[in-house]
Amino acid sequence: MAPPDPIGPPSSLAGSAPNQAESANHMPMLEKILIANRGEIALRILRACRELGIKTVAVHSTADANLKHVLLADESVCIGPPPSALSYLNMPAIISAAEVTDAVAIHPGYGFLSESADFAERVENSGFTFIGPKAETIRLLGDKVSAIKVMRAHRVKCVPGSDSALGDHPDENLRMARDIGYPVIIKASGGGGGRGMRVVHAEGALLSSIAITKSEALAAFGNDAVYMEKFLERPRHIEFQILADNYGNIISLGERDCSMQRRHQKVIEEAPAPFISAKQRQTMGERCVEACMAVGYRSAGTLEFLYQDDEFYFIEMNTRIQVEHPVTELVTGIDLVKAQLQIAAGEKLAYTQADVQVRGHAIECRLNAEDPRTFMPSPGPIKLWHPPGGPGIRVDSHLYSGYNVPPHYDSLIGKLIAHGDTRETAIARMRNALSELVVEGIKTNAALHQEILAHAAFQAGGLDIHYLERRLGLK
Amino acid sequence: MDIRKIKKMIELLEESGIAEIEIREGEESLRIARVVPGPAVLAAPAAPIAASAPTPSIAAALVPAGSGGGQPAAGEQLITAPMVGTYYSAPSPGAKAFVDIGEEVQVGQTLCIIEAMKMMNQIDSEKAGRIKAVLVKNGEPVEFDQPLFIIE
Repeated sequence: MAPPDPIGPPSSLAGSAPNQAESANHMPMLEKILIANRGEIALRILRACRELGIKTVAVHSTADANLKHVLLADESVCIGPPPSALSYLNMPAIISAAEVTDAVAIHPGYGFLSESADFAERVENSGFTFIGPKAETIRLLGDKVSAIKVMRAHRVKCVPGSDSALGDHPDENLRMARDIGYPVIIKASGGGGGRGMRVVHAEGALLSSIAITKSEALAAFGNDAVYMEKFLERPRHIEFQILADNYGNIISLGERDCSMQRRHQKVIEEAPAPFISAKQRQTMGERCVEACMAVGYRSAGTLEFLYQDDEFYFIEMNTRIQVEHPVTELVTGIDLVKAQLQIAAGEKLAYTQADVQVRGHAIECRLNAEDPRTFMPSPGPIKLWHPPGGPGIRVDSHLYSGYNVPPHYDSLIGKLIAHGDTRETAIARMRNALSELVVEGIKTNAALHQEILAHAAFQAGGLDIHYLERRLGLK
Repeated sequence: MDIRKIKKMIELLEESGIAEIEIREGEESLRIARVVPGPAVLAAPAAPIAASAPTPSIAAALVPAGSGGGQPAAGEQLITAPMVGTYYSAPSPGAKAFVDIGEEVQVGQTLCIIEAMKMMNQIDSEKAGRIKAVLVKNGEPVEFDQPLFIIE
C-alpha cells in the first residue's frame, strides 16, 4: 500500500485547510472518498474531490498501478489481479480497502459496480456512504421491466411492448409480436450499456431469437428475463439528466443527443439535442422529475428515450453518472460530479430549476484505443500524448506520455469535448482539436471522428441511431 | 525504485534481525547492510537508480512506479497477500504468533490472518521453507500482492 509520499508533490491542503471544509450549507464535507473505478472517470472523480478538499483513495488492479489518478491520489490500495471480476468487481476487496483507509464514502463511477444494488447495499451496511441512489432505487430502476412499469405509472410514454418479462409460451409470444408489429427487439431485463438485445424482422426468427437472447442474458447478467419492444426504424437517442438531493429537491438539466452509435455503443454525444424546442425540453424535464420524485431518487441519474415522429419513448434509466456528462456540464455550467459529492455529504441541492439555463452547444467525441477500420482494441505503450487546447476545448483523459494502455479493460482512453455559442462553432472547434491531437504508440478512432464531423448530414444534425452503422457499412 | 521503497527497506532492516537485504528490480538493484549496532547505512546504489530520479516534483507524480514489488534474492521467495485487509500475526491479541523468523513452514500451514469486512481469513502458505523475514507489522493494513514474508 502506498502511504502518503513524504517528499511528494506540494499539496495545497497540507497543513492549511481545516479537517472538514464546510460548505455553503454548513454541512461538513466528506473527509475521504474511495474511488471504485479506473481510467478517465476515476481521474474526473479525483479532480472533483480535490476541489472540495476531500482526501482520495484510489483502488486499482495490479495492471493499473500506473494509472494517472492512482499516482495523484492521496492513498492507493491494490485490490486484485487484472481481471475485473477479481478487482474492480470484487466487492469485499473494495469495501475492505475502504475499511483499512478509513474512507467515509465510495464513488462507483460508471460501469463496474455503479449500478449494482447489492454493492450499494453492502457499502451502506458496512458503514460507508454510497455516492448514488439508495440500493432499493437502483434495484427498482436498474431492472428495465420494473423501470418501464414505474414510468408508465407517471405519464412517461414507453416504447410499445410486453409489459413484463416474456413467458415460455411460444403462442403467446408470437401473438404479442404480431400485436406490436414487426420488427420487434428482444431485450434482456438485466442488461445495459447496449448489450443483451436482438432485433427480429420476421415471425420465423422470433422464437429462436428469444431463446438465444435468454441464454446470452443468463451468461452475461446472471438473469435470463427478457422482454419485447417495438423496434423503431429511425429513432434518435435523446436522454435527460437529473440531479436530486436527499431532501426531495430534484431538477432536470436538459437533454443530450447520443444518436451517433455503433453496435449500441455511443461514439459522439451533444447537448442540447438539435431541433428539440424549449417547450419539449421543459415538458419532458418535468415528467422525468415527477417520476424521480415518485421513487425518492437521489444523486445523479439519466432517463434514456428513443425519439421518433415528435414522440419520446422511455427505454431505460441509468442510476449513475454517465460517460457523456461533460456536454451537460458545459452547456449548463453545473459540475455534476461535484454535485454528487455535495449531495452525498447531505447538502441541499445548490440549484433550482430556474437556475438551469442551456447556453451554447457542446459536442463530445469518445476516444478509443482501437483500430479505426476494424475496431479491434489497440492496447500498448503511449509514446507521445499531446492533447489539444484553446477556447472551448476540454479534454477528459487519463493518458500521459509513457503510460501503457492495458489490454484487460474497455478501450475508452479519453473524451474530447468542444463547446461554443452555436453548434457550428462547437463542430469547428472539435475539428481543430482533433487535428491537434497526437496519440503515438497505439491506434485510436480520432480519424473516424474527423470523418463523421465532416459529413454534411452530421453538420445538418438530427440523425437517427442507425445512421453511423449504415454509413460505415457502405464503406 | 523510488524513495518510499528505499525508506521501507531501511525500516524493515532496522526492525527485523536481518543483517543485509538485496532487492533487484529489472536492471536496478539495491543492497542495504547493517553496520555494527545502529541505523542501517545505505550502500552505494547502482547507477541506474540515481539516473532514473525525475527532477520536477509534478512530473515525479507521473513517473510510473517500478513494476510490482522487488524480486527477492536467489533461493528466496516472497509470500504476498492474496487479499486486502488488516494483517494479524497471531490468532488473537496477546497470543503467540503463527510463525516466527527462522521457523520451518509446510505448504498449507497458517502463516497469518487478514481481516476484511469483520471476517478473519486464515492465510495458508503455498510454499514450504524457512521464514527469513516478516515484512509487515501486526495490525498493519495490507493490499493485494503486498509482500508479507520472505521464505527460503
